[in-house]
Amino acid sequence: MGIAKQNARMSRYMVSPSVLLLLLWMIVPLSMTIYFSLIRYNLLYPGENEFIGLENFEYFLTDEGFGPGMSNTLLLVGSVLLITVVLGVLISVLVNQAFWGQGIVRVLLISPFFIMPTVNALVWKNLLLDPVAGVFTAVWTFFGAQPIDWFTDYPLFSIIMIVSWQWLPFAILLLMTALQSLDQEQQEAARLDGAGPIALFRYLTLPHLARPIAVVVMIETIFLLSIFAEIFTTTGGGPGYETTNLAYLIYSQALLQFDVGLASAGGLIAVILANVAAFFLVRLVGKSLTDK
Amino acid sequence: MADLTIKNLRKSYGETEILKGINLDIKDHEFVVFVGPSGCGKSTLLRSIAGLEEVSSGEIFLNDKEITELAPAKRDLAMVFQSYALYPHMSVRKNMSFALELAGQDKETINSKVDEAARILELGPLLDRKPKDLSGGQRQRVAIGRSIVRHPEIFLFDEPLSNLDAALRVQMRLELARLHQDLNATMIYVTHDQVEAMTLADKVVVLNQGRIEQVGSPMELYHHPVNEFVAGFLGMPKMSFLPGKVKSVSASGVTAELTSGYEIEVPVSSDSIQPGSDVNIGVRPEHVIITDKNSSKFQAILDVAEHLGSDTYCYVKTLDKQMITIRTPGDFLGTFGETIGLNLDPLQCHLFDTNGKAVPRLSRAAEVA
Ligand SMILES: Nc1ncnc2c1ncn2[C@@H]1O[C@H](COP(=O)(O)OP(=O)(O)OP(=O)(O)O)[C@@H](O)[C@H]1O
Ligand SMILES: [Mg+2]
Repeated sequence: MGIAKQNARMSRYMVSPSVLLLLLWMIVPLSMTIYFSLIRYNLLYPGENEFIGLENFEYFLTDEGFGPGMSNTLLLVGSVLLITVVLGVLISVLVNQAFWGQGIVRVLLISPFFIMPTVNALVWKNLLLDPVAGVFTAVWTFFGAQPIDWFTDYPLFSIIMIVSWQWLPFAILLLMTALQSLDQEQQEAARLDGAGPIALFRYLTLPHLARPIAVVVMIETIFLLSIFAEIFTTTGGGPGYETTNLAYLIYSQALLQFDVGLASAGGLIAVILANVAAFFLVRLVGKSLTDK
Repeated sequence: MADLTIKNLRKSYGETEILKGINLDIKDHEFVVFVGPSGCGKSTLLRSIAGLEEVSSGEIFLNDKEITELAPAKRDLAMVFQSYALYPHMSVRKNMSFALELAGQDKETINSKVDEAARILELGPLLDRKPKDLSGGQRQRVAIGRSIVRHPEIFLFDEPLSNLDAALRVQMRLELARLHQDLNATMIYVTHDQVEAMTLADKVVVLNQGRIEQVGSPMELYHHPVNEFVAGFLGMPKMSFLPGKVKSVSASGVTAELTSGYEIEVPVSSDSIQPGSDVNIGVRPEHVIITDKNSSKFQAILDVAEHLGSDTYCYVKTLDKQMITIRTPGDFLGTFGETIGLNLDPLQCHLFDTNGKAVPRLSRAAEVA
């Protein structure tokens, strides 16, 4: 005995600082958020920090922005997921064929991912979607159509477009890599069995991609639930609440109305929402991971 | 009916020519085996027949119909891959019925065909499993089943047994032979394994560097190889080659003097052989007999002996440093470094000319004439 036991104790001491640090890292902000959410805490009225129970939650849930914020969040996440997965699958299958300049095309396809969200949103806002000088307007007028004021007429759709453009490369990257491990002989066997390109896609490629698609969905959901920069730099949540998602709502509560208590309550609600989403996603992904 | 004719088939990847003019006739019901060293183009030839590989020039006919440019699915061929290439997301049943469903056959026909194939291959209890839940041998059977259900004109196999262990390989080999009988089908089979080639084939095609060296029945190839390559490639252990010079020719054969000074008269046709020219004498391990060192003029030193139980392979070194392999009975008791006498059976020896081509045997020449 002795040495092994001593080693175990020793290693426990050795890892304890990092464990403690991680614990603090998580516990402190969480408990502070919980604490703030239970008190009246508005920066405009200092000194009145009394305990008010769940009132903040009630305010947040009954806020006129909460309904739109919730539905916009779901709509944004759902649409971007749909667009990136469908286009991601199609594009990655397409560029998986050998053609001249394949390498360059792949790099081009991936590159939007390296652009910062704010820069991306600004480029879209000022260069592409601008109702007077934007590229889209130029195209519309070229064909003799009435130019569209995107952020006024289709604000949420514009945001979805911008975010999809940002996240499509991620889906392509993952799916393209997965396609490279698709067994060549299986495809040849299927060709001999009489499968055309569509049957090959339907019966071999798509099942093969089920797992990476699940991973794409999971990771993107986590990030898309908290989309902020794109909204902040383009529409500012408007017009009205049309492009306000939960993250933006919390921001506007906290910093525009200086109500920290309310924002904390909103934050906790968002955390719960994210956990619910994560729960279902993990089950979905876990299923497709073990289902093979 | 499934006659396959290949005419002057060539295939290049860029500059390198892989198949250099293949001409081959395959008859209905034949079991044809392609053998050859690694990289000689066996798989490429098979895949060209299947239509998975575009050929550079030449033609392929199936029953007098040209199929060179036809899509793989339209050729009425089925292929079994070395890696099995089962569809991982489908059950065994679905794997086998896939082609039939794509062809739009009705459910009843499909089911009866799948059940029939499952019965032949004893896959019944496995039909609802996924490929990952099968053993290697079972996967191989599913892969074969997948080709059987289609009732193709020709079966193509690319080293189908090479991923299996030795015992299973023997079993599957027997099953394949039985299957060939039962289905009465034309089969083309690629292998590295000599035993598979010799036991399964009606016709063996020996390929080397993109060319066909010889086509013939296993026994034909064993007894009458047309050149040193075929002679050396078929037979385990390998044939031994002994360099020598032609001393004299006569109606009864060619007398050669080996570098060791030993003289041997091989009964081959002397038409194309001049005295004095360099030749190689080829002799298989089973056609050399070890005798007492005093009773033979051809002496050698025993090097390594491999005891396999049924046989012992002796590797001996002649006095002029040539290696000869000898098959002796299992109870052979020779010791390393021992000097022994050798007795070559001249009737079984092969004689190869300077270019490595076999000189036809007299018995053979008489047959042909
Ligand atoms: N796509 C390709 N591009 C270039 N060369 C190739 C390609 N495929 C095969 N080759 C070459 O063609 C030659 C024949 O290959 P093939 O696969 O037919 O050999 P094989 O006789 O089946 O060998 P093995 O017994 O090892 O399977 C090899 O030298 C290989 O390097
Ligand atoms: Mg091969």
